[in-house]
Amino acid sequence: MNILSLFVVVPVLMIIALFLCKGMKAIRTVMVTGASVLLVLAAILTILFLQQRAAGDTAEMLFVDSLVWYAPLNICYTVGVDGISVMMLALSAIIVFTGVFSSWNMNMAKEYFLWYCLLSMGVFGFFISIDLFTMFMFYEVALIPMYLLIGLWGTGRKEYSAMKLTLMLMGGSAFLMIGIIGIYFAAGHTTMNLLEIAQLHIPYEFQRWLFPATFLGFGVLGALFPFHTWSPDGHASAPTAVSMLHAGVLMKLGGYGCFRVAIYLMPEAAQQLGWIFLILTGISVVYGAFSAVVQTDLKYINAYSSVSHCGLVLFAILMMNQTAMTGAIMQMLSHGLMTALFFALIGLIYGRTHTRDIREMGGLMKIMPFASVCYVIAGLASLGLPGLSGFVAEMTIFVGSFQHTDWFHRGFTIAACCSIVITAVYILRTVGKILYGPVQDQHHIGLPDAAWYEKVSVVCLIVAIAFIGMYPSGASDIISNSLSPIIAKLNF
Amino acid sequence: MEYSLLIIATPFLLFLVLGLLGMKMKPSIAGIIGTLGMSLCAIVAYTVAYQYFFQFGKVGEEWTKIIPLNFEWLRFTDKLHIDLGILLDPISVMMLVVITTVSLMVHIYSLGYMKGEKGFERYYAFLSLFSFSMLGLVVATNIFQMYIFWELVGVSSYSLIGFYYTKPSAVAASKKAFIVTRFADLGFLVGILILSFYTKTFDFELLTADHAALATTSFAGGTFLGLSIATWAMALIFMGGAGKSAMFPLHIWLPDAMEGPTPVSALIHAATMVVAGVYLVARLFPVYFFAAPDVLEMIAFVGAFTALFAAVIAITQTDIKRVLAFSTISQIAYMMVALGVSGYGDHDGLGYMASMFHLFTHAFFKALLFLGAGSVIHAVHSNEMDHMGGLHKYMKVTSITFFIACLAIAGIPPFSGFFSKDEILAAAFHHQPVIFWTLWVVAGLTAFYMFRLYFCIFWNGKREYSEHHKPHESPAPMTIPLIILAVFSVFTGFIPFSDFISSNQIPFHTHIDWTGVGALSIGVAVIGILIAFLLYFKDSRQPAKMAKALGVFYKATLHKFYMDEIWMWVTQTVIFRCICAPIKWFDRHIIDGSMDGLAWITQKSSSSIKGLQSGQVQFYAWVFIFGSIVIAALVLFL
Repeated sequence: MNILSLFVVVPVLMIIALFLCKGMKAIRTVMVTGASVLLVLAAILTILFLQQRAAGDTAEMLFVDSLVWYAPLNICYTVGVDGISVMMLALSAIIVFTGVFSSWNMNMAKEYFLWYCLLSMGVFGFFISIDLFTMFMFYEVALIPMYLLIGLWGTGRKEYSAMKLTLMLMGGSAFLMIGIIGIYFAAGHTTMNLLEIAQLHIPYEFQRWLFPATFLGFGVLGALFPFHTWSPDGHASAPTAVSMLHAGVLMKLGGYGCFRVAIYLMPEAAQQLGWIFLILTGISVVYGAFSAVVQTDLKYINAYSSVSHCGLVLFAILMMNQTAMTGAIMQMLSHGLMTALFFALIGLIYGRTHTRDIREMGGLMKIMPFASVCYVIAGLASLGLPGLSGFVAEMTIFVGSFQHTDWFHRGFTIAACCSIVITAVYILRTVGKILYGPVQDQHHIGLPDAAWYEKVSVVCLIVAIAFIGMYPSGASDIISNSLSPIIAKLNF
Repeated sequence: MEYSLLIIATPFLLFLVLGLLGMKMKPSIAGIIGTLGMSLCAIVAYTVAYQYFFQFGKVGEEWTKIIPLNFEWLRFTDKLHIDLGILLDPISVMMLVVITTVSLMVHIYSLGYMKGEKGFERYYAFLSLFSFSMLGLVVATNIFQMYIFWELVGVSSYSLIGFYYTKPSAVAASKKAFIVTRFADLGFLVGILILSFYTKTFDFELLTADHAALATTSFAGGTFLGLSIATWAMALIFMGGAGKSAMFPLHIWLPDAMEGPTPVSALIHAATMVVAGVYLVARLFPVYFFAAPDVLEMIAFVGAFTALFAAVIAITQTDIKRVLAFSTISQIAYMMVALGVSGYGDHDGLGYMASMFHLFTHAFFKALLFLGAGSVIHAVHSNEMDHMGGLHKYMKVTSITFFIACLAIAGIPPFSGFFSKDEILAAAFHHQPVIFWTLWVVAGLTAFYMFRLYFCIFWNGKREYSEHHKPHESPAPMTIPLIILAVFSVFTGFIPFSDFISSNQIPFHTHIDWTGVGALSIGVAVIGILIAFLLYFKDSRQPAKMAKALGVFYKATLHKFYMDEIWMWVTQTVIFRCICAPIKWFDRHIIDGSMDGLAWITQKSSSSIKGLQSGQVQFYAWVFIFGSIVIAALVLFL
């Protein structure tokens, strides 16, 4: 079997195994084993990929495999990866793995993990497919479990949040559906295969309508202003691991989709109409950061921070040059890891203090030193400290975007740069408030520090963040090389 | 000279070891490991300095740049890539000496000063992190490497200012320091972006190689708001430097940074990190001089104003560390001015040399002053001048070394400060009379406030100490660094600096004009000291009377000209209340409201038409018949 299909098969096997499980211990064993297998698979895939590339295989996608699925419309289950998808798969595997440890003590664990596996399957499937229809199908598979995971296992106004999140994302999907069908017909060839469509030319009259539809459809998931409000409410209500997965991976589906479908297939429209979305993403970047400054709920702060950081992803993609796009993918990796780390830690803190309001906490550094130090590291990564992943991603984006020849793009780049200051403000405000200073609530004294399973999750993420931050050229070269053919196409 | 990598690698390894394993060690062992590591680092740095200055550095008449190590770390485009490497040239080697010396002194001193503090190993880990970042900054081969380490020193400074993290004032100070410098760094970053866009390189050597190109072709970007693009780029880069080096109006973080442990103030906020801005301008000096001379002019004026402004504030402060902090701001401004008034090449480049010279001497005597202040604070457990007085009796070593440092900073020959300050004044004298006279006044003020401080602490026996809490001299780990630094403060002035450092790397000769500028500067310093002596040597009511006579002006200086309040207003009112709060409201009510509104409309419209689906067959039949009739009628008549 193709190695890529294993990414979908393993979660399915995990689901089957979960059905047969009895007791918490068995469930945990299944989950940890499955997630580890996925992690190892991702590592093997990366190595194999690099080997094939080193051996001189210059095909755009490697490990391609195809299976006709619905012949009348020529819909196929086609898989294949380039460097970018490999990186995204690795990111997803890490987050799925750490997410398992962060949801160690769930009630109704079996059902919870069932949906969790389904969600993972959707995510993996999305990143490996190069058939538009299959891609869309996996996209929907990833979205639906979210409703139940938030609605059933969430906290606070969970029904409202779950409903809002699902409806808004479904609204995005509707645009996406239109876009995909439009592309299928406008390309004038009966194929759903991305690579084949990319060889064809979609007339500009169609691109003009299809590009905004697809970009918007994926953009909603990428928290594009003004369609971002599902994110704060959704994250605030979601259980820890779901927040991790959602912000860490699911939001990346949006950025990846914008890049892979909207821009790759419709470069002319992207050149012509990109400025509209550039303004929106520019607003996202600054607006999200400013919003985060005045929030008082830890998860809201993070959600708005995600709006800002994911805005930067879409912003860089729209710059349409190699450096900025490399930066965009790096930012996806970096933001995925860092935000997952944040949510893991917030879950940890919330699980002990039973509050997420920063005004009700203080001096946690004394009470839970391990968790607090990790929180500081996450914060520093988020505000772009060199040596951690945020810095390399942001700098690649800024330098790349600034290479654009016209003033409009460069001016917007400078505006986006301002976010680094605002980010510092909200990160330090939070850190200063909850970790430092005197202990705010006497009941917090004596709360236990992170348990071993939480430590596993957190340490994995920190190692990954530091690895990218210290050795960025590893990831950056893979991404950049894979972008070359795409960039060549974009600039005709 | 590949082994110079050790200078960077040692502190980094120390940071990892102390940071990850420090908790499991005995505090004293952690301290000793840190200190030994730093000693190794210092030895290597001195060897490098020796080899550079006396063996390999000079080729013909010129000091060369040696790059023992350079590799590509992250590639952006073919021409733009971040390299990490080591660049040895006169100024970077000089900085290596300064940083490792002061850092080692602080490491030793802290063994005594921080003894028994909670988080001792954390303290040493951060000291190592800081040393690593600062050393990486000065040996940077390209501007982006500098930016990377620039940010890292910022974070180490943040962690060390907030070392006493349970103290709200320390947390607030660390936050302020980070955010103010971050804001300045934004300018730095944008400056780098603009500069690299037009010059297509980050590399210092390529940037500064071709002077003619700098002046003409490389900045074909036109003008923006009446200033050339080059001016904008360099002014923005200077903004980064101004933030780190606490130039007005970005100086507000430095006095608050005194919340950190005193040895940290000596290392980071007096001797090394705060001069990074000066170093940055010096590093890019040819670019400033040839591409953006108007920015240099601006630097000179900003510097002169800051020097005066900070010196005036320093006179009225009562917290001894704050006096020293404002004195630091004022002295760094001196260095900035020197760069601003400097020309290029030979004797024209006097300002450049003087600036580096003052940086060098200042590092030692200011570190000495801070460590001396630390020793005093250690003895009386207070920062306030009112709680001190007559300490000379109790702590002779501290008193004498402090006195030497005061003479050095006041500019009395033969102490080191005199020589470097005199060169700066000479450079300013040839360039701009207004700037010269401002600096001259500042020199007098400096002598005055330093001796006010000295007399108030060590003489002026107004305070009685209770029998149980008699102040006592500090332990040996604290006094030895004081003595060593005092020796440095006395003798470093005799180094013929212009033989080693000059704007175009070619040695030139300087002399001291004993009848002109030299006499003026000694004269004003002596006057300053005399006034201080008259007012503060013995307890008198004179200072209080004078303060009353000055009224509003005194109050304004005491409150640091209300700069903190102004910035507070900007952040609290403008940013929080006028930008963030409305955005929050807008987000909740308009953006989110429209989504909720959409849902509400859908719900309402569906509930108002749901009556049609009543399930009554009679009703359906009725609608069916009526509908058929209407359709039939339409078909027939239209």
